[in-house]
Amino acid sequence: MVEKSVVVNVEPGLQSGPASEFVQTANQYAAEVFLEKGNRRINAKSIMGLLSLAVAKGDEVTLLSDGGDAEEAVDALTEFLSKEE
Amino acid sequence: MAKVQTKDLLEQFKLELVAGEGGLEREFIMSDISRPGVELTGYFRYYPKARLQVLGKTELSYFNELSSEERIERSNRLCTDITPCIVISRGMDIPVELINACDESDVPLLRSPYKTTRVVSRLTNFLEAKFAPFTTMHGVLVDIHGVGVLITGQSGVGKSETALELVKRGHRLVADDSVEIRQEDYDRLIGSSPDLIEHLLEIRGLGIINVMTLFGASAVRSLKKIDYVINLESWDEKKQYDRIGMDEETIKIIDVDIPKAIVPVRPGRNLAVIIEVAAMNFRLKRLGVNAAEEFSSRLTKMIDQEKTSVDKGVDYD
Repeated sequence: MVEKSVVVNVEPGLQSGPASEFVQTANQYAAEVFLEKGNRRINAKSIMGLLSLAVAKGDEVTLLSDGGDAEEAVDALTEFLSKEE
Repeated sequence: MAKVQTKDLLEQFKLELVAGEGGLEREFIMSDISRPGVELTGYFRYYPKARLQVLGKTELSYFNELSSEERIERSNRLCTDITPCIVISRGMDIPVELINACDESDVPLLRSPYKTTRVVSRLTNFLEAKFAPFTTMHGVLVDIHGVGVLITGQSGVGKSETALELVKRGHRLVADDSVEIRQEDYDRLIGSSPDLIEHLLEIRGLGIINVMTLFGASAVRSLKKIDYVINLESWDEKKQYDRIGMDEETIKIIDVDIPKAIVPVRPGRNLAVIIEVAAMNFRLKRLGVNAAEEFSSRLTKMIDQEKTSVDKGVDYD
């Protein structure tokens, strides 16, 4: 299980556009990926779960991944969340 | 989990604030309730001061029999800086010593017009619900003929599409994709949707659709007890799937074991019908009719009969 905390840097947060990009990125990997905010954990490959969290810029989230390419998945998603536009 | 403060109680129930207004922001850290009877006699060693305190008729009438100094002393010891509030039931008159102590230490003193047992049970229910263990799960929750079915499975296996078909068949959607689950009591799981995505369903290729506006108010439901979990997974040729339905598998969610079935997915299998029937069969089992068991006992009987008739020899009469 790979686990990593990330501070979201996407402006202004994960709205529908960035959220679907995020989910698409997550879906490129075979590993299971979860995203945790507060006490709620959702599947990073599903857009509805991600949208329900209403992730804003500056929020701290945790990425968790399990499976063959877990490491790569977490790295790619971390890059996506922390890059500045 | 949201904080629970004393003022939430005041809003929720018909309580009258008598004293200690400064402490309305106090926070509850547990759901237990205490009735400080022994404490009033002066024994404070195990006084659960962080709990909500309820004083009923017995406690107050005993309190009134004490001397004035004792009343002041006990009141002061009851009102600690972490006591969330003191509730008096039956709308009784409150001794002035207690009111003063509450005002001094900012412990809210509330009065309810109802009987003690009623007050205790309603407050317990409220607090237990607020402090209930909570989790979120990836899946779709649908109410099928009154059975709360949580459909789980990998992303892209077809959960939302199945839910759409179920809604089309007249069942109700509770939550898509992310289900918030609270445990009530020790054996009930209540599922609901996160507020932001309530009534919404995501179908690949269509995007997000609103089930309530499309299918009407009867197609949605805001809360449902989870009775059954159906896990959809891609068909694995090497795996053994249940063919008779004798064993009941379970899955543990929070602290509750929920019956679970694994349904393999293959193109051409109508998942909605299978899940609908699974839910009906589940209901039937709960009503005491178990098709698999009945069949099995019939089979056993038949085999036994054949054995005995072979032993006796065949009767040609």
